[in-house]
Amino acid sequence: MGRILNNADHKEIRVFTPTGMLGYGYTMTAFNAGMRREPHVVSIDAGSTDAGPFKLGQGVASVSRQATKKDLLHILIETKRHNIPVIIGSAGGAGAAPNVQWTIGIVQEIAKECKLHFRITVIWADVEKSYLKEKMINKKIMPLGPVGPLTEENVDKSNYIVAQMGIEPYLAALEEGPEVIIAGRSFDPVMTACLCVKNGFDTGLALHMGKILECGALCAIPASGGDSIMGYLRGDHFVVEPLNPLRKCTKTSVAAHTLYEKPHPYILHGPGGHLDLSESFFEEISDTAVKVTGSRFFPSENYTLKLEGAGLVGYRTFCLAGIRDQIFIRALDESLEYTRNRLIEYFSEISFDEYELQFRLYGHNAVLGEKEPLIDQPIHEIGLVIDVVAKSQEIADMLCSFARATLLHYDYTGRIGTAGNLAFPYSPSDVSSGSVYQFTIHHLMEVDDPCELFSVETFEI
Amino acid sequence: MKTKSFIPIQELVKVIRSKNSGPFMLTLDLLMKDSISYWLVKKSGVINTKLICDLYGISSEEILELESYDPALAYKITLVRPVPSGNILDTDIYGAQQYAPLLNIRIPIKDGG
Repeated sequence: MGRILNNADHKEIRVFTPTGMLGYGYTMTAFNAGMRREPHVVSIDAGSTDAGPFKLGQGVASVSRQATKKDLLHILIETKRHNIPVIIGSAGGAGAAPNVQWTIGIVQEIAKECKLHFRITVIWADVEKSYLKEKMINKKIMPLGPVGPLTEENVDKSNYIVAQMGIEPYLAALEEGPEVIIAGRSFDPVMTACLCVKNGFDTGLALHMGKILECGALCAIPASGGDSIMGYLRGDHFVVEPLNPLRKCTKTSVAAHTLYEKPHPYILHGPGGHLDLSESFFEEISDTAVKVTGSRFFPSENYTLKLEGAGLVGYRTFCLAGIRDQIFIRALDESLEYTRNRLIEYFSEISFDEYELQFRLYGHNAVLGEKEPLIDQPIHEIGLVIDVVAKSQEIADMLCSFARATLLHYDYTGRIGTAGNLAFPYSPSDVSSGSVYQFTIHHLMEVDDPCELFSVETFEI
Repeated sequence: MKTKSFIPIQELVKVIRSKNSGPFMLTLDLLMKDSISYWLVKKSGVINTKLICDLYGISSEEILELESYDPALAYKITLVRPVPSGNILDTDIYGAQQYAPLLNIRIPIKDGG
């Protein structure tokens, strides 16, 4: 009751997305229900820039290898059995070469363990620095959002640079007849949209459906990024429906999904153009499914790609400490200033711009910073983080240690607790937390050919 | 005689959230719980540039978008992040807890008359 029936009279593409992010998991009930619907393709988004620059800078994934393999194992066994292609985009999180390689490694492992063979097509998204610099000379690079113009220094500082691919490289990959596509950094909707567009369906509808599907059951109530969703694309509309019987889509939940993580509620820019949802209409056609019409894609005059790059900034050491004495809390500004000045004085041989010392005060203003409206509220406890980033791990360790020791023993105005100012939960109190990265590139690049950057490679395993 | 009273926005919303939109922008969503609440908020005109500037202590140039979207019964506000996500001085990598100042918005309603 409440489930839609296939309308076999009209052309239809069925896309199944088992989970909103490879490694987030899915429920077996929902997965099996999805497979029973006989999807034409299984599409999965495996990445984002959400979790900061670390993944792209270091070339690692943000979800665990075990979780990713666990998710993929069942997907690959079942899709192989039913002869359904699998499309994985933004592989390994950041979608750069090491991330894609990581994903290929997991698929190879699964193939070996399950004695399965796959025809794999890989689409690489990496950008060479020399290529980028030439594009800069030809004035083909523009800032994306509130960033400055791209500098050579930022290009040189980047460890990995990727371009976010559109539909076109996927169309090229599909020509190779793969069973699995593993692609680098991709525009979120295209893993779903590519097969639809290849078969002549409307680009606007395909991209909008892809945008909803790539987050899994996040468009449903209750929402979950770790559960399955099904999309049915037809001539002039698409339908979305969660597979888990405990969830449902409503017209508002699907309409509201477009807002998620996007700067504009109904305009979404992507490679080669933008998606316009201002005329989109959302209609509940059953207890659980929503029909969408009216979504349009407008190609841009010049084809542009988003570039992402991240590079190393330094190494971090931090110390977590509790403060419970309200007399100390009242004297904290004075104490932190003293500690900072003492450190600068003692380590005068290290220049200011070679390190960053921060005191994060949880319970006071650590999350909102200067924007904290309740900053004057009296508090009885603070979680202090002494945070040092420096050019080497050794220097970061040294500075953090000195700051911690100084603050621990500082004789502040009015002090009566003379045995120690800080409550450390751990011994050792200081944590060397390794490399710190930042985004060095967030720009748009004009290209003549949407596929020129994205090499396609096919092999059998 | 008409007197003004206020409804706290918390009674009108299903969701108030914040998240990065890319590493350089922060996007805030207010999703109202039903049509009545949405149109009450929309007609009041309370969610505007001045409100956001006051709540966040920013100038209007730092507001990149401020739009309502009827099908979702929602408002969206997108701001320039004070520092990019993952920057050394960043306080919130995902931008997930930056919506707190919105929680105390109040919407005027007239009663009596």
